[in-house]
Amino acid sequence: MILGSINPAVLLAALMVAATPILLAAIGELVVEKSGVLNLGVEGMMIIGAVTGFVIAVNTSSALVGFIGAALGGMVLSLLFALLTQVLMTNHVASGLALTLFGLGLSALIGQGYVGVTPPRTPKLDLGWLSEIPFLGRALFSHDIMVYLTIALVAGVWLFLSHTRAGMILRAVGENHDAAHALGYHVKRVRTLAIMFGGACAGLGGAYLSLIRVPQWTEGMTVGAGWIALALVVFASWRPWRAMAGAYLFGGVVVLQLNLQAAGVRIPVEYLSMSPYLITIMVLAIISSGKARGSLNAPGSLNRPFHASN
Amino acid sequence: MTAPLLQIEGVSKAYPGVQANADISFQIGEGQLHALLGENGAGKSTLVKIIYGLVKPDTGRMVLRSEAFAPASPSEARRAGVAMVFQHFSLFDALDVAENVALGMENPPPLRDLAQRIRTVSEEYGLPLDPNRRVGDLSAGERQRVEIVRCLLQDPKLLIMDEPTSVLTPQEVEILFKTLRKLAQEGTSILYISHKLDEIRALCDEATILRGGRKIATCDPREKTARELAELMVGQVLHPPERDARARGDVVLQVDELSLNSNHPFGTSLKGINLKLHAGEILGIAGVAGNGQDELLLMLSGELRAPKRAVTLKGQPIGHLGPGSRRKLGLVAAPEERLGHAAAPDMSLTENALLSGASRKRLTRNGFIDWRGADRFAREIIARFDVRTPGTQVLARALSGGNLQKFVIGREIEMNPDVIIVNQPTWGVDAAAAATIRQALVALAAQGAGVLVISQDLDELLEIADSFAALNEGRLTRVRSAKGLTVEEIGLMMGGAGDMHVAHEASA
Amino acid sequence: MIRLERRKEPSTFWRVANPFLAVILTMLAGGMMFVALGKDPVTAIRLIFFDPIFSAQFGSYSRPQLLIKSAPLILIAVGLAIGFKANIWNIGAEGQYIMGALFGAGVALAFFPLQGWYIFPLMILAGAFGGFLWAMIPAILKTRFNTNEILVSLLLVYVAERILAAMALGLMRNPDQPGFPGSRDLRRYESAHNAELIAGTGLHWGVVAALVAVIFAYVMMTRHMLGFHVRLAGQAPRAARFAGVAPARLVVICLGIAGALAGLAGMFEVSGPGGQVRIEFAVGYGFTAIIVAFLGRLHPIGIVLAGLLLGLTYIGGELAQMMLGLPSASIQVFQGMLLFFLLALDFQTNYRIRLREEVRR
Repeated sequence: MILGSINPAVLLAALMVAATPILLAAIGELVVEKSGVLNLGVEGMMIIGAVTGFVIAVNTSSALVGFIGAALGGMVLSLLFALLTQVLMTNHVASGLALTLFGLGLSALIGQGYVGVTPPRTPKLDLGWLSEIPFLGRALFSHDIMVYLTIALVAGVWLFLSHTRAGMILRAVGENHDAAHALGYHVKRVRTLAIMFGGACAGLGGAYLSLIRVPQWTEGMTVGAGWIALALVVFASWRPWRAMAGAYLFGGVVVLQLNLQAAGVRIPVEYLSMSPYLITIMVLAIISSGKARGSLNAPGSLNRPFHASN
Repeated sequence: MTAPLLQIEGVSKAYPGVQANADISFQIGEGQLHALLGENGAGKSTLVKIIYGLVKPDTGRMVLRSEAFAPASPSEARRAGVAMVFQHFSLFDALDVAENVALGMENPPPLRDLAQRIRTVSEEYGLPLDPNRRVGDLSAGERQRVEIVRCLLQDPKLLIMDEPTSVLTPQEVEILFKTLRKLAQEGTSILYISHKLDEIRALCDEATILRGGRKIATCDPREKTARELAELMVGQVLHPPERDARARGDVVLQVDELSLNSNHPFGTSLKGINLKLHAGEILGIAGVAGNGQDELLLMLSGELRAPKRAVTLKGQPIGHLGPGSRRKLGLVAAPEERLGHAAAPDMSLTENALLSGASRKRLTRNGFIDWRGADRFAREIIARFDVRTPGTQVLARALSGGNLQKFVIGREIEMNPDVIIVNQPTWGVDAAAAATIRQALVALAAQGAGVLVISQDLDELLEIADSFAALNEGRLTRVRSAKGLTVEEIGLMMGGAGDMHVAHEASA
Repeated sequence: MIRLERRKEPSTFWRVANPFLAVILTMLAGGMMFVALGKDPVTAIRLIFFDPIFSAQFGSYSRPQLLIKSAPLILIAVGLAIGFKANIWNIGAEGQYIMGALFGAGVALAFFPLQGWYIFPLMILAGAFGGFLWAMIPAILKTRFNTNEILVSLLLVYVAERILAAMALGLMRNPDQPGFPGSRDLRRYESAHNAELIAGTGLHWGVVAALVAVIFAYVMMTRHMLGFHVRLAGQAPRAARFAGVAPARLVVICLGIAGALAGLAGMFEVSGPGGQVRIEFAVGYGFTAIIVAFLGRLHPIGIVLAGLLLGLTYIGGELAQMMLGLPSASIQVFQGMLLFFLLALDFQTNYRIRLREEVRR
């Protein structure tokens, strides 16, 4: 029937592409939260990344340079957040919101001359014979380079957090900042670095939207991807591989929903397109209700202000 | 014994208003198990912080292995061979044992080697630990092992243990003592801080006793009786209270066979609590910190709900009611933590008066606040309890500890309750304020209210209580009359398993 | 060396002065932004902040607009501020605003073409109920499942936007003009029209409701035990439990009030200035209201002033867009900067900057 017209290999391929921007933002935010900071400005950093990446890519005719610019753009915005929360000791929630509101406005301003422009193409990674494999070749081995870099980033974050001393210190700071301070670790320095990493990742995620997934610049084009990334971190219980699984799951929902739209299912488009948000909310509720599991894994000092008394 | 490991000479440290340490001198020998004994506020923790480099002394000097020793930071102290196990652990719950150990070391080896060393060392000292387990999943005793092993891996010359047994089961205490004895035999000196007399007599070679910031004596605890030690610790004034039995009224508060889980993952659950409080009675509940005091207060105040019939107030079941309803019925409470629990730090004294006084002082009408009334109430408290403050609009956090405590306890007393529950009413409070508070509690009882005082201060309980019980790991001992109770018995109830120890004492 | 030292009591002076200082700093930074855009900064600032009210040329059009733009901002911000005081972060007011509009318009369209005095009051009730209902989703998920209300309320904005689109294109579409998306124009339906109460002032029922809400919130926060408990729970959660406050009840109340007020704002908008259910109906009042709440220090009176100011930036922004070709997004940037500066300045309220000179030997 309707579902029969959907090619599973194409579906799988599209799913990976749909998941990549959220996964990028989520893996960055995961590191930030592991250090004990909740940055609600992901959406703002993402859209700034989307626009800076787009503008730079168009002007340099290089998508790659665009991605680098997007990472820097997100990072610069995140530094603003670091300044507010780590130096000026402001409320994390309000500062994150400010970042999002500001980012949305600023991106629209930067991108006003770029609506309707086509960005340079991002090179596909040539995987030679791998892409020739029936089914798998189409589904897994014929993507742009960012899809694979993102997977590598997830692996890298996992390796960093669980197998390096620096990662251990980061987790310690997020778990109990008072004890970490007492043992002589620099809580604010660690957190600032984490926030910058989170900003860069969110920027990359945004650029993936504007340079590859859409690929175009439109105002407010992230439509909540940053918020979904935040939800994804909770869903993943702060574990990198689970974040990837969650992102792919989410990508699956998006793609399926799009395919159903295209196949002309007799449900209005609007209801289909709200399904990713509804599913995210439902999953959040289920994850957080299992109190023992989900919340136990949350970093102990998450969203608690830190001010060394001496 | 040859040259001492650590010599402390004339160390003094003053804080504004408090002489925490005054001219303290003593020495710790190589391989010695040295006890530091004293009540809360005697100056033990300040002295220990000086040795560990967390606090700088005003005067005096220390000599470690014949070299001048003045650590500026904990890491300097660690490098000199001093290690410390804290009363409140500095651990990371979400990290595993090996990671926790590594984070506390100056130059940790790679994690895999470290895990192996943790296994070896922990087994050698009879403190088995799995380096791969998450610290958050460990029991309090196991968590302490992590801290101890973290210290041992750095080959300390002096190991400081701050109230280590307050979180341990009796079996775990036995294991710990074995470990400490073995360490001492190998030449490590141990400074053991406690106010549990039996433990010190069982474990230590030498004891230095502090009181009011001064050294009172250094002695061999094994040659003293628990009574002698207790009298050294709390001063000669300690006499069994001579008190006319007050006219006791009816039972106003009763708890029956109540067991309740703590609301905190590392709290102490209450186990089979039974108690009866009469009108006009002051019931003192003694016990070492962390034995369920907080939980007992929360359960009685209503912040932790209990089965309906397990708690009764004047015969009426109130276990299921919250703090507001219990207050209306005549039960008020003053928790231990003044700032943030009993009072809101960033609110004015008027607002804090309203916080718990709203219903009993009729400060609201149809939910609308009578601010003038609240201000009047705050002023009454300030006047009657001599709270030193420029006015009622001052924020609670701007008050000194003693003044805020007078305000908080005063607020509850001024409500004319039938029952009042207080936890650590004079903790960290200057002597004059403490006297005011105790006097007020006695006066309230004389008016016919039931007063339940939870306290770690033996002196305080002896001064005001009519009857005694002690909390131990969430269990409450039998309530006994204060009349005729000997100091020895009080110490034993407080420090150990109560009646069991009496038998042990008799056979010794 | 610079050190931050916590003040014994927060400085009242800075609490009041900071919003004004933030506005001035935003004007300066905004001016620089206009320079970067190649516009004359003085003209731009004048167009945004002064001309809408004082200019003879534009004033007659702009002045009534001030109330029209500010009323929903104030109405929503007053509700949000109550929650923020209690540390309950409802940031999905935009969604509650949309749902209020849909419920209100739904009642009107159901009665069409009947006329009757009871229709508008019913729409008010329905609008408040719609917003309330939408806010109850995060409230119940929070109290039952411990789900983060920030994420849920925000994600529900996107859901509400999709429902709005579905309504505009489907159920509520005007059957007389099937070629165009959007519902009937409620301004042409007398019983449902939220008309100007005094012609030429912009004063409509939404403005009245905003005023009532401000007074209600002021009384509640300063004179009523509920307001006291809200503040207590936000400042010292353990002390609140000691006082007998039930946290779950507070979550429901705070989200409920904010939702109902946002719903009202949406309903008054759709039946008056907005006129019809359209896809472009929601223009971000729900988010700007967050800035209004903070800039107004979460205080009802402050919120009135902040609401008027940000309402002004909407109108002035349009004016500057028309006259100077200033991009519409620059107003959004402006609003974001305002919040940044305010937050950054606020450290002075709680901390004192100490310059400690190194001792020379």
